[in-house]
Amino acid sequence: MRDEATFTVKAGLAEMLKGGVIMDVVDPEQAKIAEAAGACAVMALERVPSDIRRDGGVARMSDPEMIEGIQAAVTIPVMAKARIGHFAEAEVLQALEVDYIDESEVLTPADEANHIDKWPFKVPFVCGATNLGEALRRIGEGAAMIRSKGEAGTGDIVEAVRHLRTINGEIRRLGTLDDAELATAAKEHGAPLDLVRSVAEHGRLPVVVFCAGGIATPADAALVMKLGAEGVFVGSGIFKSEDPERRGAAIVEATTHFKDPARVLSASRGLGHAMESLETRKLDEQQLLASRGW
Amino acid sequence: MSDAAGAPVRVGVLALQGGFEAHGRMLRALGADVREVRVPGDLDGLDALVLPGGESTTMTLGIEREGLAEPLRAFHAAGRPMFGTCAGLIMLDRAHLGIMDILAERNAFGRQVHSFEEELDFGLPGGPVHAVFIRAPWIAEHGAEVEVLASVDGHPVAAREGRLLVISFHPELGSDTRLHELFLQIVAGTA
Repeated sequence: MRDEATFTVKAGLAEMLKGGVIMDVVDPEQAKIAEAAGACAVMALERVPSDIRRDGGVARMSDPEMIEGIQAAVTIPVMAKARIGHFAEAEVLQALEVDYIDESEVLTPADEANHIDKWPFKVPFVCGATNLGEALRRIGEGAAMIRSKGEAGTGDIVEAVRHLRTINGEIRRLGTLDDAELATAAKEHGAPLDLVRSVAEHGRLPVVVFCAGGIATPADAALVMKLGAEGVFVGSGIFKSEDPERRGAAIVEATTHFKDPARVLSASRGLGHAMESLETRKLDEQQLLASRGW
Repeated sequence: MSDAAGAPVRVGVLALQGGFEAHGRMLRALGADVREVRVPGDLDGLDALVLPGGESTTMTLGIEREGLAEPLRAFHAAGRPMFGTCAGLIMLDRAHLGIMDILAERNAFGRQVHSFEEELDFGLPGGPVHAVFIRAPWIAEHGAEVEVLASVDGHPVAAREGRLLVISFHPELGSDTRLHELFLQIVAGTA
């Protein structure tokens, strides 16, 4: 008796990605470079977030032919993004048999009230979160992996740090509450009570948590790993830098050896210029991607 | 689990990338002294090593970067037991570290949508093992000295060769500790 696509196997794939780097790639050639640099998975998309910012317009699911080209080019898992609430895009990605779907604020939302009901899908979903309530709402909808959002396409780590610290601080605070207070906390977080109780009991989310949005250097990766991330997504940070092969491999090395500053140091040497960056504080409210999703 | 002198057995878990923490939790619960292994020096003084699941390409590159291939072969040559799960099984095969006389077929069951769970008969006391297969390999070829412990659709998914134990699924993700206990018995020389 075989059960396919259970929550255990969905969340289990994220367990196997832990300690790794998931890299944004826009074509098969970049996918091969990412794989050779040690990426544990690639995110196939048409434009990296910094280009989406620059170009403007509606950002949608990628061309299936481009995703298929990437699937054919590498053996590591291939992820792809669907717009928030766009379950038809997610169904197309499932028919393509991508390994993970990212319901992503980097694309233009399709539904401003509802996220995708992720339970009926066989493909697992990863979703972004800026705080604990948002993470638990996504898990309640069926997400099998969470990434802190950060501010994609900026090369500025400040929002990633804010979101990780917020999520982990809120988890620690739940551990100090009694049962009556947990019910109130569930209301305040806008999160399902059973998940709030589970987090309070175990001191962690029931799924793997990666960090995304703003990682540009090996030291950035080490910082977020030290703050409790279990792995990292790097978007524009690799292929918008001067030497993607070396920088990709260096971020992989720093993610494995984040506890050893000597290794982060050696990984940081001679990488050339990092991506062109944007200071998040200087962006207008409507340019912020992290506030998409609810 | 302890050695003859009463000290806990020291088990390393290769921690370059992947599911190393879950193995560590399970081994600690069984009384082992667990150390994460990232560089060759971490192997010193260990009684046994677990190679966890994860991405086999990432792990292969990590082994190369850290210069771990020869130290791992020497670890095996010194008679110390090794336990590979999923990508760890692949690492031990002829095409990778060449430590075990098996050849793995990667992603043999297909992409993630075909990942699955099922009850698998191992002939262990306590009945079948609940097996979680995630983009799992199977053993396509094996030598005469390799004992197949379990199969799915006619393909070997668990095997033993002397002090080497490999399993293509994820015993570390559940609460059933029997396969880790089997490995610790191999370490203790009682299985």
